[in-house]
Amino acid sequence: MDTLDNRYVIQARNLGIYYGDFKAVTDVNMDIERNKITAIIGPSGCGKSTLLRAFNRMNELVPGARAEGQVFFDGEDLYAKGVDPVEVRHRIGMVFQKPNPFPKSIYENIAWGARIHGFRGNMDKLVEHSLRQAALWDEVKDILHRSGLALSGGQQQRLCIARAIAVQPEVILMDEPASALDPIATLKIEELMQDLKKDYTIVIVTHNMQQAARVSDYTAMMMLVNDGSRAGTVIEFGETTKIFTRPSDKRTEDYVTGRFG
Amino acid sequence: MTKKYNGEASGYPLREEGLRKRPRAGEILIQSILFFAGFFSIFTTLGIVYELGKEALLFFRTPEVKLWDFLTGTAWQPHINQFGILPLVTSTFITSAIAMTIAIPLGLAAAVYLSEYATEKVRKTLKPILEILAGIPTIVYGYFALMFVTPLLRSIFGRDVVEIYNMASGGLVMGILILPLVASMSEDALNAVPLALREAAYGLGATKLEVALKVVFPAALSGIAAAIIVGVSRAIGETMIVAVAVGAGPNFTFNPFRGAETMTGHIVRMSGGDLSYDSIDYNSIFAIGLMLFFITLTLNIISQRIVQRFREVYE
Ligand SMILES: Nc1ncnc2c1ncn2[C@@H]1O[C@H](COP(=O)(O)OP(=O)(O)O)[C@@H](O)[C@H]1O
Ligand SMILES: [Mg+2]
Repeated sequence: MDTLDNRYVIQARNLGIYYGDFKAVTDVNMDIERNKITAIIGPSGCGKSTLLRAFNRMNELVPGARAEGQVFFDGEDLYAKGVDPVEVRHRIGMVFQKPNPFPKSIYENIAWGARIHGFRGNMDKLVEHSLRQAALWDEVKDILHRSGLALSGGQQQRLCIARAIAVQPEVILMDEPASALDPIATLKIEELMQDLKKDYTIVIVTHNMQQAARVSDYTAMMMLVNDGSRAGTVIEFGETTKIFTRPSDKRTEDYVTGRFG
Repeated sequence: MTKKYNGEASGYPLREEGLRKRPRAGEILIQSILFFAGFFSIFTTLGIVYELGKEALLFFRTPEVKLWDFLTGTAWQPHINQFGILPLVTSTFITSAIAMTIAIPLGLAAAVYLSEYATEKVRKTLKPILEILAGIPTIVYGYFALMFVTPLLRSIFGRDVVEIYNMASGGLVMGILILPLVASMSEDALNAVPLALREAAYGLGATKLEVALKVVFPAALSGIAAAIIVGVSRAIGETMIVAVAVGAGPNFTFNPFRGAETMTGHIVRMSGGDLSYDSIDYNSIFAIGLMLFFITLTLNIISQRIVQRFREVYE
């Protein structure tokens, strides 16, 4: 590997991702910095979710999906032989587009992940801590035994974030976590992300330009490659301020200024 | 004023004036047919209960019969006017319990395998086979029990321990009969659990087994319980297997290796014989039928209560 630098948690090298014979993402090289928020933006269908899900080997749950190239996590190739995807997902957690709490109590939603990873400490404390970190504690502390599905959409999504935090991952991948939420709930999630980056590295997919500009430190711009293959790739990657003010690629400029996409 | 459409939109009929409700003949027709279908099934059930109740009442009205003795008596010997239903009930319960001991664990294991582990191709092949298995006439299963399982049991446990007609053999084969039913229905329930829930669990670093048993299974519990209830009702109501392989006559015993007669087995034997219409013996069959009806009804109600308490509702 070329850059064994502790600054980066995830490093993708010549990453390509297939669904069967269809190559959805091609030739991605990017380094994701520790304790920073990295946004992935781009038009629908350009492979943002696909790329994100390749970072914790979620893609392989889709029959026929596979990856080529490497993704290094703390210097170790996630796709090397002998790497356990279960362990990968434990270290690199995920929050999905549509809130998907378990049909269990709020408490159980948090405790579930801790339990499967053999947590032996004080569960009540862990639940409280995780909910506090997700800025949800005050709203649910009296209804911990009510179903997670009884919460509003925004609360459900914060519950999902709390659930992800509870198993102590190093990276949290978020796939359009606020796209199903109203503006106030969205703002809460964005504030929350700022708090979380002290302890975690966050990679967020968003189709919302303002959101990417507001929350992220780095931005990766994805686009379909122009060779007719319908595969997406990262066409520009850098500091968010630069991507939004002085993009070097004309297509990025058109996209972030809202001229197309 | 009626509105005319131009260009591409001119395919619409003329728009009528006002917003008043217009009759929709097709919808009324369909609605009536659906209503009639629903009504008919309820009506049939009521008719069956009425008929059972009427004949059973005749039975309980006869001076030789006491309701208390019927419910608690341990001998069913119509020819000497002993009508204690317990031997028939215990035999029904024992054969059903043996059947469910086979059908529930194996059926659920098969369902979890099919829904969570098997590839799409394997599932598409195995599931129809399961359903065909459930469609084999039960008389075939009955003779399978008598000609194959009983000799097997006798060679394992000894000829003096296992009688030729015995509850174990019938119960085991009944379990095999019910297994595909439980498996197929449970698989449907497991399959209906949204992918998003599985992804949530995988995203936390759960293994396949943890996802299957601790997320998907509980979320599908009400459907699985329905499968088990249907299975139990099927076991209690199953007739041909027990008539062929279990029943030698009413016998109050808890030993599964002995012959006994279940409620259904007794009914089918009695109705095959030369019973005179309106005799006590004849009416007694209806009392047994009514009892069967109450048992399955009670089981259904109890299990629905249990499921209400434990089920997880996903959206
Ligand atoms: N499960 C799947 N099976 C097959 N093709 C898929 C699957 N998921 C996504 N794709 C395809 O991969 C491409 C990228 O999709 P996706 O990563 O969801 O894009 P984005 O998140 O940027 O909208 C699209 O062409 C899409 O149709
Ligand atoms: Mg997407």
